Amino acid sequence: MTIRNTITFASIPTDKGLKAALEKEPKSVINDVIESGLRGCGGAGFPTGIKWKFAAKAEGAQKTVICNADEGEPGTFKDRVILAEWPDLVFEGMTIAAYAIGASSGIVYLRAEYAYMRKMLEECLEKRRQAGMLGAKIAGKEDFSFDIHIHMGSGAYVCGEESALIESLEGKRGEPRNRPPFPVEIGYENAPTIVNNVESLAWVSAIFANGSKWFKGAGTKESPGYKLMSISGDVKLPGVYEFPFGTTLSTILEAAGGEDAKAVAVGGASGTLVPPNNFACKICFEDVPTGGSIIVFGKNRNLLDVAENFQEFFADESCGQCTICRLGNVKLLEGIRLMKQGQCTDQHLEDLCSLGASMQIASKCGLGQTSPNVFLSVVKHFRDEIPRHPVAENDDQKTEKAKSSNLFQSVVQLFRTDADTAKNNSGTNKKGVSA
Amino acid sequence: MSGKTKTATKTAKTEMITITIDGKEITVPRGTTILEAARQNNVHIPTLCHHEDLTPFGGCRLCIVEVEGQRVPVSSCTFPVTAPVNVESTSDRIRRSRRHTVELLLSEHCGDCYSCLRNGNCELQTLAQECGVRDYPFGHPTEKTCSLDLSGTSLVRDMDKCIQCGRCIRTCEELQGIGRFKFSGRGYNKTVSTYLDRGLAEVACINCGQCITRCPTGALTERDDTPEIWAAIEDPEKHVVIQTAPSPRVAIGEEFGLEAGNAMTWQLNTALRRCGFDKVFDTNFSADLTIIEEGTELITRLYKALVEKDATVALPQFTSCCPGWVKFMEHEHPDMLPHLSTAKSPQQMFGSVIKTWYADLNGIKPENIVSVSLMPCTAKKFECSRPEMTDSGHKDVDYSVTTREIARMIKQAGMNLPELAPSEFDDPFGTATGSGIIFGATGGVMEAALRSVIEFVTGLKVEDLYEHADIIPVRGFEGCRYAEIKIPETVGPVPELIQHLVPNWDWLKGQTVKVGIAHGIDNARKIIKDIAAGGKFSECHFIEIMACPGGCLSGGGMPIPTTQEIREARAKAIYEEDKQYGETGRARKSHENPAIAKIYKEFLTEGPCGHKSHDLLHVEYTQRGKFMTDATTGGEDVKNGKDKTK
Ligand SMILES: Cc1cc2nc3c(=O)[nH]c(=O)nc-3n(C[C@H](O)[C@H](O)[C@H](O)COP(=O)(O)O)c2cc1C
Ligand code: SF4
Ligand code: SF4
Ligand code: SF4
Repeated sequence: MTIRNTITFASIPTDKGLKAALEKEPKSVINDVIESGLRGCGGAGFPTGIKWKFAAKAEGAQKTVICNADEGEPGTFKDRVILAEWPDLVFEGMTIAAYAIGASSGIVYLRAEYAYMRKMLEECLEKRRQAGMLGAKIAGKEDFSFDIHIHMGSGAYVCGEESALIESLEGKRGEPRNRPPFPVEIGYENAPTIVNNVESLAWVSAIFANGSKWFKGAGTKESPGYKLMSISGDVKLPGVYEFPFGTTLSTILEAAGGEDAKAVAVGGASGTLVPPNNFACKICFEDVPTGGSIIVFGKNRNLLDVAENFQEFFADESCGQCTICRLGNVKLLEGIRLMKQGQCTDQHLEDLCSLGASMQIASKCGLGQTSPNVFLSVVKHFRDEIPRHPVAENDDQKTEKAKSSNLFQSVVQLFRTDADTAKNNSGTNKKGVSA
Repeated sequence: MSGKTKTATKTAKTEMITITIDGKEITVPRGTTILEAARQNNVHIPTLCHHEDLTPFGGCRLCIVEVEGQRVPVSSCTFPVTAPVNVESTSDRIRRSRRHTVELLLSEHCGDCYSCLRNGNCELQTLAQECGVRDYPFGHPTEKTCSLDLSGTSLVRDMDKCIQCGRCIRTCEELQGIGRFKFSGRGYNKTVSTYLDRGLAEVACINCGQCITRCPTGALTERDDTPEIWAAIEDPEKHVVIQTAPSPRVAIGEEFGLEAGNAMTWQLNTALRRCGFDKVFDTNFSADLTIIEEGTELITRLYKALVEKDATVALPQFTSCCPGWVKFMEHEHPDMLPHLSTAKSPQQMFGSVIKTWYADLNGIKPENIVSVSLMPCTAKKFECSRPEMTDSGHKDVDYSVTTREIARMIKQAGMNLPELAPSEFDDPFGTATGSGIIFGATGGVMEAALRSVIEFVTGLKVEDLYEHADIIPVRGFEGCRYAEIKIPETVGPVPELIQHLVPNWDWLKGQTVKVGIAHGIDNARKIIKDIAAGGKFSECHFIEIMACPGGCLSGGGMPIPTTQEIREARAKAIYEEDKQYGETGRARKSHENPAIAKIYKEFLTEGPCGHKSHDLLHVEYTQRGKFMTDATTGGEDVKNGKDKTK
């Protein structure tokens, strides 16, 4: 995927940041990261320095640094570019983290689809070992040893969630854990663990190379620094871009050639769907946050198709431990399908929106909490897109209908008085949800 | 699953912290979960995946509460109290999300409450009520999507009723260390599955039924044998007898609305006769018989090992009256089968005796006898259907039924058990002893055996050594227990009953008898590990193991729910009944049972462990191995789990 503008990482000399960090005491390394204001780039935006401080304080012999390279959010590919172009910066960042919290082992959890990069990454690690920047006594420091190995993911989106990632590393089902305790206290193999996104770790190296003031100087008050964005969809120039936090969505669209978009999914499937009247919004944690995915939908896109696609993704990718996420996503998906056919009553739509709100507050992890976002945005901002009457069928649909006779009901029947009919349509069969 | 359940409950619970729940101040030790804190203070928070015996899971999301400072509500079952915060147990958005959760569960719950075994005792029904479900906005299926698993002798799985709370998974993994169930699949394809989705008969399930007693719905139930029993009762050709075990008698009242711990022994006799059983016998008779046979076997093993220095004798001897434990050994430690006592369980001993001695005494053709046993246990259904349990020439026990099944029969016959007049057991087995009764509690078999062995060897009364003959060191609920019993320097004469086996007791003078007790297979595993490592249990002479946590009194066939409080109440009732036997002049030691003396005099004339005993009362076990192959399953690879993709 093409790199479209100047990316800071290209100008950072290898090991400059690491060497600078190793000159300092671990405590002041952490302070520098806190000073820089760096927030996690994996989506949640937790201040990286604070996370490290907790992990440094926590007691445990075998602390671990994990690089989250699972990059599963639909529409993001910036971690792939970073790993392919500047792997040293990522490994440096992990080494700085290890030095700061007193960890001796590091793991890169690499997305299954990125297996082709593994050989290159292993070679890079080996080169670093040869150069004395990884392994025993790094950079000649007597009491600092740290090594990194690569662990392949297996394609589950939820395994990008840090505690599910840890379960997966331990050989268990990839299911998010209950918190507290947080991984910084009890993480991989019960030891204090930090999980950081690929990009966050690369920024750490950049921050030690250029100074935390430099980083803090860019961006907004709550979201300092720069952010890589993966821009895809109906734009002339898709690719990876770097912008300071606080850049407006319209500026970004202009750069990529997507100004006439009908809607933009900022933050991928789990983000929000921004309508044109809000393109002036700023991309930052104070306004519209993103882990880096920006998907642009042009004038001719059917947003119900978009919503259906995303909902299918969640219905399939939910780990399934929370009732509300496991089944809620199925119901939203069925609802969207009804909507597409003009078969969803106002009452049912209201029920589904209310369900979506419950999913946001009752789910255990970010997946469930964000999974109804796009659905709710479509209903809120693009209500006109939802057909109000049964959609004329084409021949394919007629055959489908013949197969499941109870699917088609006249509009009259579908008003609330006969709610059961709607229920039958929406709820009865588990088989109906084939993706 | 262990990983995500590492909640801070592990934190040392010393520092006290005061929080408020709904405005009420509550002080609890640091690390207590909000749910525990709420329950201790009578604040009701609905739960589904939570069970007090199991590690918190946090999956059903019903117990969410608002905690000050948290962006979204948290699951109270997993959230530890670590700071003085304000908690609201309910709010508009929480009530709505709870209702949504139940509505979603109902949207894939295909079950007809009217015909469900859990109708009236179903947590899903209760929650639907509590959470205000008035409608099915997300649908309610009427067509089944998966087949019933009827492959097993003991358990039935109906995955259309499963709400994926995972309690069965945690029960089997954490309490039993067996792990026959797992979540499989993801998202809408997620199910609770067995190995390769096989039927329970085709995986190494021990039939303990602990999962049933912790399943909130009718997804896991016992195989219902009551229609067959009614049919037998209605058949004029058949002489239908029933033996009742002690544990069901102290618990069946719960099915009729009584508090746990109210024994219904004598009312039950009346109820069973009114249901149409021709005779009602007391399993304590055969419990006493088991003690004599098993105790004699132990003495013989010890004699061979200590006096004849026979190195091939397998010690410690393990009890074998729990069919769940026996099947576990057959699957996982087939090499250790020689350690199991060859004595059959009380249920099966009674079965053999009824279709031989009793049939002869009464001139009834054994083929016309239908022998039923009331047990606290689902594994007993498997035990009675083992091909080797036919020593009488017939199926020794025709039907083993659980407490829940018998309660249903009594209700079907229109009786309210607690209101019935008491009546006695039938002869010739009528008079039983307190030793048989305590079989129901963990440590009970050990205590019963020790009462007899001590008297046999010392010639003294147990009462002289232990107050009221209560051998307290072997009682309690601790998972693995170890006790030592010192034999005095003066021993008595060898009782006539076993003179053919040992000449004198001199070899036991001053010896220390070491015993072990475990309940729950996870604890049994610890003992086996300890033995392998040469720990203190490897020096034991006799070890009692019950598969169910708490022993038979919380067997898989007992009233639902089960909690530590309920188990303790049932145990208390059992020991109380034993004590009452002493107070009403009934025997409390197996060898004092007059019916036992009679059977050795008239029928088993070669004495305990004699030829006839061997033929009728002892058994050999099957090496099954852990992995069920086509050969061990009968060639059929039955797939009964949920398959939503079909
Ligand atoms: C469902 C789900 C998927 C996630 N996937 C990723 C991912 O692929 N990569 C990532 O870095 N973070 C992902 N996260 C966020 C991680 O849980 C975690 O917050 C992050 O790795 C922390 O690193 P950071 O602080 O450097 O962003 C995901 C979160 C959720 C809830
Ligand atoms: S919210 Fe969804 S993905 Fe997250 S833990 Fe719950 S079921 Fe799993
Ligand atoms: S499990 Fe409960 S809700 Fe389901 S059918 Fe049975 S009684 Fe009804
Ligand atoms: S079978 Fe019962 S205990 Fe097991 S997950 Fe399903 S509902 Fe829960």
